[in-house]
This record gives sequence, structure tokens and C-alpha cells, in this order.
Amino acid sequence: MLTDLTISELGARFRSGEATSTEATRAYLARVDALDSELRAFLTVTREQALAQAADADARFRAGQPLGPLDGVPVALKDVLCTRGVRTTCGSKILEHFVPPYDATAVTRLLDAGAVLLGKLNMDEFAMGSSTEHSAFFPTRNPWDLDRVPGGSSGGAAAAVAARLAAATLGTDTGGSIRQPAAFCGTVGFKPTYGRVSRYGLIAFASSLDQIGPFTRSVEDAALVLGTIAGVDPMDSTSVDVPVPDYRADLARGIEGLRIGIPAEYFIDGMDPEVETGVRAAIATLERLGARTEPVSLPHTEYGLAAYYLIAPAEASSNLARYDGVKYGLRSPGGKDLIDMYSRTRAAGFGDEVKRRVMLGTYALSAGYYDAYYGQAQRVRTLLARDFAQAFERVDVIAAPTTPGVAFKFGERAEPLQMYLNDIFAVPVNLAGLPGVSVPAGFTAGGLPIGLQLIGRAFDEATLLRTAHAYEQATEWRARKPALGADR
Amino acid sequence: MAEITLAQVEHVARLARLELRPEEKERMRRELDGILAYIDKLRALDTTGVEPTSHAVPMTNVMRDDAPRPSLPREEMLANAPEPRGDFFRVPKIIEE
Repeated sequence: MLTDLTISELGARFRSGEATSTEATRAYLARVDALDSELRAFLTVTREQALAQAADADARFRAGQPLGPLDGVPVALKDVLCTRGVRTTCGSKILEHFVPPYDATAVTRLLDAGAVLLGKLNMDEFAMGSSTEHSAFFPTRNPWDLDRVPGGSSGGAAAAVAARLAAATLGTDTGGSIRQPAAFCGTVGFKPTYGRVSRYGLIAFASSLDQIGPFTRSVEDAALVLGTIAGVDPMDSTSVDVPVPDYRADLARGIEGLRIGIPAEYFIDGMDPEVETGVRAAIATLERLGARTEPVSLPHTEYGLAAYYLIAPAEASSNLARYDGVKYGLRSPGGKDLIDMYSRTRAAGFGDEVKRRVMLGTYALSAGYYDAYYGQAQRVRTLLARDFAQAFERVDVIAAPTTPGVAFKFGERAEPLQMYLNDIFAVPVNLAGLPGVSVPAGFTAGGLPIGLQLIGRAFDEATLLRTAHAYEQATEWRARKPALGADR
Repeated sequence: MAEITLAQVEHVARLARLELRPEEKERMRRELDGILAYIDKLRALDTTGVEPTSHAVPMTNVMRDDAPRPSLPREEMLANAPEPRGDFFRVPKIIEE
């Protein structure tokens, strides 16, 4: 089936003429029609636009002039990325009817490569969450078990790839929001180095942490998508002018002699024993493939979550100040003056988790508290970055679990702190600005996916991809598919 | 030990321009208190002499030439406005205190 193919395989069929982009796009749209009323990964489906783009791609293939490996490939985007003329909500009531007048740079690069846009995907509101239960609209279900969350905040993006509702999707990762749902949904999820991909048109949550990255079914596909969206952008002054290598060039070189660090602090009491067993088995596979593993210590790991839950909300409180009912988005009626209008609009438009984080961030930055909270968190951030720098003097890659547990049931993590603990292995990577990937590393006895996390040096995505590819090729996890609808 | 008061919650809500209903205020106080208690573990760390990191990748001012370029068209920028009036965004009266 066309919808089972990786991007590489699909591209080969397009080039040989065995299949067309219109056929693939129709096949994906048919699956969305059949399955998404249950899964609820999509917020907006752009059917006519997709078919028009597919027709254009087909014309290029017939003329023998395809744009490249992504031409005609159906993709979907987390609804935090601006798409010109297509509603973009951030999973929030405050932007429920917002239609951006421009495309995000990452979106432009995908569209310029000929990708076909199927639609926009559900997420925790303003990317704040780890389960997609905080979407203002509805939760997305995990394709592997419909009573469980897909993870978050990029839950729709992860679920769509796992359920084969798109060939690839883009999500964003600020505190694990690509890697954790990738682990929960059994897909590849890649967070690039901070500054590797332009944030222009990415609706901001935490400006020093946010990064856009792909969800795919294979590591090679992730390399392809990453290579398309990466690169400096004059519209984002935090994007870094470092050349983008061909991420597929070295992919199959193997990992003989690669030094992999295993951090003691990422194997903790209370984590799911099946996750620990699965990840240790994955590490054993890496050793069999020729890597040399050694223990490393990242001693400040236990402070990462606390530092993150000061820095990210602080930055969010500043970034979300723009939602004031003046220029776009929801405006509540009846305000007696401007400030009253702001306060009612934001009260009506923001959900509980967003309000909590805006309050926390505002408090941490307010007079008398700034240095004890935000200032201290920034100093701890330096210590976390130093831990990684010291480890990377001895190893090339760090291997660890992506999450302490597997996908949980809806409502199971209702207390904010319980929810935050999902991200303990993810946030230090964002704070240090390093690249990280989650790859499928098996399943629990109950059939829930387990994720292996690989962390690399800044701008060394190539080594991460090579390591992830070697592991993936030595296992059969990606052959297993969730049983959905007619697949059952 | 964090112990955030209702008055502090109200003060922060004003700073954040967030209207909270009475029942929301106590719940917010309780939830923030719990989160801050967890975050308090950070204060135990000795960070004397450690420089703060505000930006993971060391970069300094990224500039471009101060040359005007076309902006997005005004009609498109007004298209999402809740209350456009001509070329403007209309808002409630701003009251001087």
C-alpha cells in the first residue's frame, strides 16, 4: 500500500511512474476520512489544496523534472507553524480562527521541495503539555491503544505518522515535545540543534528552546526532511550560519568504534522496568554493531526539570503577551477599558495549563523574585550544558531512554507536576541546545512503544542519524503497525 | 520553602493581564505552590561564580543593513483584526489612572 511506504520508497515509485502523487495523496486522504474521526490527529484537512499540489507534482514527474526527493510527498504540520491562507490555531481558542498571512520558513522549504500539504495537526495548547490533552479542542488518541495519550505537545504529528495518515510530519520540541510523543507512538522523532532550523513562522513558546523537527517512519526519511528544512534564515536571527551537510551521505557508514556514553542519571528508580530493559537491550545492540559504550555522568540532571519549568514559562509569559485581542485572534466583548479587554480576552482564550505557565513565568520574572528564580535557573542551565560538554570530551553520542514510562491513559496525569515528570530525560537536551532523536526500540508486553534517545554534539546531526540508522537497520520494530479501522 | 499567597496570585494575575474567577484563584495558588515547592530544589544548588546562560549557542548581534524592504500588505495584516477601522485596529478607551 502506498501509505505504508517510506518517503524514499514513495519517491522511487513516483520516479519510475509506478505511482503518482495524486494516488498517494488520495490514499492518505482516504485513511484520514476512515480513521481520523477516532484518532483526532487533524485540526484542519486541506483536501483541495493537497490535490492541486499533487497534480502539480505529477506534471513535473511527467515532464521528467521533479524537484527532488520530497516532490509529491504528502505531509502534515503541527498547528503551531504558520501556513499562509490556512487556519493556524496553536491548539488554542485564542487563535481558533486565525489565518496567517505568511508561511513559516520551514513550511516554505517543504513546499518549495514539492511536498503536498494534507493539513494541520492537533497539539497541546501553545505547545505546553506532554499528552495533547491540553488542546483546547479535543485530545488525540494513541494509535497503539485508543485509551492512551499519544504524548505531547506534538501528539497529532506523532499519531499521524504512526497511523499512516501522512508520510511525514513536522512537530516542535521545546522540552521534549517531538521526542516524547515519538517514543509513545513508535516513530522516529528528531529535534535538531538549537538554531539549525529557522523559527520564522513558528509561533513562539520559549524562544531559547523551541526547535522544529520531523516525525518519520524511518531514520533515512528524517535525514531527508531535516536536510530540506535546515539552514540559516535571515528572517530568524537565532538561526545559525553553519553549512547543512547531505544528511544521507554517511548514513550507512556504520558505527564501528563510535564511543557511546550511558548516563547513570537517566536510569532512575520508579521508571517503567520494561522501558529500562528495552533501552538496555537497544544499547546492547549498539555494542554488537561495533560501538564502544562507557558510563558517563551528567550530575546536574536532577535539576533540569526545575530549571526548565522556570525558564520556559518565563519566556512563554513574554511571548504570549501578544495575545491581547488587538491585532488578531479572539477579543472578548464588554471590556470597560483596554486593560479590562486584555484580561477578559486572555481569560477566555487561554486554557488552564497556559494560564498556569503564564502565571508561573510572570512570577519568576517579577521584581524581587527574578534573581532567585529565573536568574538561578539560567545559572543551572550553564551547569547542565557543562555536564554535556564534559561528557562529549570522551564520547560522541549519549544513549538513554527517551521517557521514564510508556503512553499513559487519558486523565492519569492530571496533576501538573506528574505530567511534567514525563520530560525529565528530554529537557536537559533543550536547555543545552543539543540535537536529540528518539527511535523505536521495541514494545512492552502490552504492545506499547518504547523509545531509545540518542543525544549528540551541537550541529552533529549526521552522527546521530548514522547511529540511529545503524540501530534501526539491525531491528524489525518499524515493520509492526498499529491495528486501526480496516487494518484490524 | 515556597508559600505563595492569594494576594501574590492576584498581583501576578494583574501583571499578566489575566482575569481569574474567585474559584480559579485558590486553585491557581495551590497549583503554583506545588510547582514552586518542586522548583525550590534549585535554590539549594551553589551557583556562585557560574555565568547565566540565556542562549544555548554562543552568538552575538546578528545584523542586516538598515535598508528598507517591502513589508506584508496592509490589507492582509488587517484581515485577522477583531475590530479594524480603516487602516487602524480599534480598541476600547485607554483610561488614565
